Amino acid sequence: MSAHQHAQPAPVGGRLFNTATFVCGILIAIMVAILITRFIFGLGAVTNLNDGYPWGIWVVVDVVIGSAFACGGFSVAMLVYIFNKGQYHPLVRPALLASLFGYTLAGVGVIFDLGRWWNFWHIFWPTYANPNSVMFEVALCISAYILVMWIEFSPVFLEKWGLRDAKKKLNKLLFFVIALGTLLPMMHQSSLGTLLVVMGTQVNPLWQTPVVPLLYLLSAITIGYGIVLFESCVASSAYRRQIEMHLLQPLAKVMLGTLALFLAVRIGDLVARGAFGHAFAPTLEAFVFWLEMLLFTVPYLLIGTAAARRNPARLFVAGVAIMLGGIFLRLNGFLIGYDTGPGWNYFPSIAELLVTLGMFAIEVLAYIIITRRFPVLPREEAAH
Amino acid sequence: MATRRDFLRGCLAGGAVAATVVPTPAVARDTHERPPEALGLLYDATLCVGCQACVAACKQANDNPAEFNALDKLWDSPLDTSGHTFNIIKMYRHGTMTTKDSEENGFAFMKTSCMHCADPSCVSACPVTAMFKDPVTGVVGYDPDACIGCRYCVAACPFGIPKYQYDSPTGQIGKCELCRHRHDEGHYSACAEVCPTGATLFGRSEDLLAEARRRLKLQPGQWTTMPRGRLPAPGETAEQAAKWKAPRDQQYEAQVGDYVPHIYGETEYGGTQVLKLSAVPFAKVGMPDLPPRSSAATSETIQHTLYGGLLMPLAVLGALTFVARRNVVADDDSEKGGQ
Repeated sequence: MSAHQHAQPAPVGGRLFNTATFVCGILIAIMVAILITRFIFGLGAVTNLNDGYPWGIWVVVDVVIGSAFACGGFSVAMLVYIFNKGQYHPLVRPALLASLFGYTLAGVGVIFDLGRWWNFWHIFWPTYANPNSVMFEVALCISAYILVMWIEFSPVFLEKWGLRDAKKKLNKLLFFVIALGTLLPMMHQSSLGTLLVVMGTQVNPLWQTPVVPLLYLLSAITIGYGIVLFESCVASSAYRRQIEMHLLQPLAKVMLGTLALFLAVRIGDLVARGAFGHAFAPTLEAFVFWLEMLLFTVPYLLIGTAAARRNPARLFVAGVAIMLGGIFLRLNGFLIGYDTGPGWNYFPSIAELLVTLGMFAIEVLAYIIITRRFPVLPREEAAH
Repeated sequence: MATRRDFLRGCLAGGAVAATVVPTPAVARDTHERPPEALGLLYDATLCVGCQACVAACKQANDNPAEFNALDKLWDSPLDTSGHTFNIIKMYRHGTMTTKDSEENGFAFMKTSCMHCADPSCVSACPVTAMFKDPVTGVVGYDPDACIGCRYCVAACPFGIPKYQYDSPTGQIGKCELCRHRHDEGHYSACAEVCPTGATLFGRSEDLLAEARRRLKLQPGQWTTMPRGRLPAPGETAEQAAKWKAPRDQQYEAQVGDYVPHIYGETEYGGTQVLKLSAVPFAKVGMPDLPPRSSAATSETIQHTLYGGLLMPLAVLGALTFVARRNVVADDDSEKGGQ
């Protein structure tokens, strides 16, 4: 064999200290200061959490939305290894890297929010575990997936450190790790939606449905592709690399397909349950519902035709629209459409927002460090 | 290597996956019923005079600190239940507030505390069994040593009962446990023990339900005997009654209220062990309109359909492994070819 089917991954190189990493460092330092306050004085000292809204943005944004945003690795790996679309292979590593950090931080972020965090291990202990609990399934599954993803990603480190034997051994088992890495996100991304079911009538009927697991899974897969569009465009512009348009164009088409499936289930369910009427009530919930719907339909207007998909700016905006749609689907179900009666309000405090921002900064910082020093992004021919 | 057959195989795996997230009623979990010996309370809002003795007694029995909401921090003044207040009496006010228990231009009281559901959302939600339902008494208890503080119980409860102590780095969940820690000492629920009018009555839920039905059948304004403290089970012997320290016969003559014809808690979410009678519609005194099927049953039906015996996940894993094995090996070969 003379030529590769596609470029091999290679480190981007370059300085690690620059404006972007410096800003990230400051944001992380602020986050650490807030978290120290939180662990000394309790959740009430830094958050606006209350008993009407016991879950704020640390759960809904950092974990529920954060993990959905980390579905790029899962979505692309499924496309490559399950649907055997090998041409997307160069997208696997960068997507997996973002997923790895998204999930690992979601897992760590949970600890900040747990009121009795030192008991966290109880979830894995058979005498405490409650298999009836959706939260139990989510926690177990996300923990397992974080582990699986590190194994899935470990060839990057093994290559860098020249551990060929270890990599060869791992390669033999990789198919099973990949299968597991496809199953686990399916399980917990759907269960993240099922978390709403037990909350019953407190969740607006626009988001309270028995098919919520399917909705969350389909949207997570779609968001996964949206994120890859977004990340590829950002990475190309930040590192001044060529955009992988030959990959992103067909990927965008796949995304529109899964999005169509999502919208069919979403609307079909609302009609079947007779809940569509709530969308026409003069309420905030109805407004954010239509906002969510708008964001999920905008991609068809932006990149509906093959010609439109050749425009990288349109691909980028379509990816962002999907991400925002995913944000609203989750925010609407867990916070805006969640009503525990009169007198309860929640809007995140500055400290809560800064912690979420700090978590995001860790992701960006780690992405920069790893892509500059480890073989993740496809080798850029022009660089030689 | 991307052949049509591979693609079809992928679709097959995709289909198997879709099957895992579309719940079928195959392993439907029915709503649980109250255990036969379930303990509970009957709160009759028309008997309540709003004296708050039960609020004070609850604080004492549970060793909870006072909460101040007035400028002069003289006495306990909680506005709602909280991580440090497990029971309060709320007030309904309308218009001129002249008539007690009148929806129009009247006022009324309502007790807010744990309903001890037959099928509690909090117990279903809790990932570590820190919320648990006693199989005999049906009391919904809480174990802080098990709790991880995720507050899913707080989010799940339709009555807004489990509350978290946000003011502490080691905050716990606080909620009424029907004074289960005092039962062995011969004390039943402190709120019922101190209630001067019998508005809060302790007993077996079954007996309390019968008592509530009896009151609903009487004419409003009619004089009848109202029990206070504890409602003895029918045919209860003196020996059985001796388990409790409070005197047994505390009944008195009182007038029957003009109730709305509904016993709150008889059927809501499969029934609750705490039952309520009121003259003002329940929706107006803060009791949510709940269907007879519990959300715990719906949630667990979905979970067990998908994960029961791990059958579905293992089947999907098998399909995925089979497909991935072919595709990953192909990928590996092409990489080797390039080296």
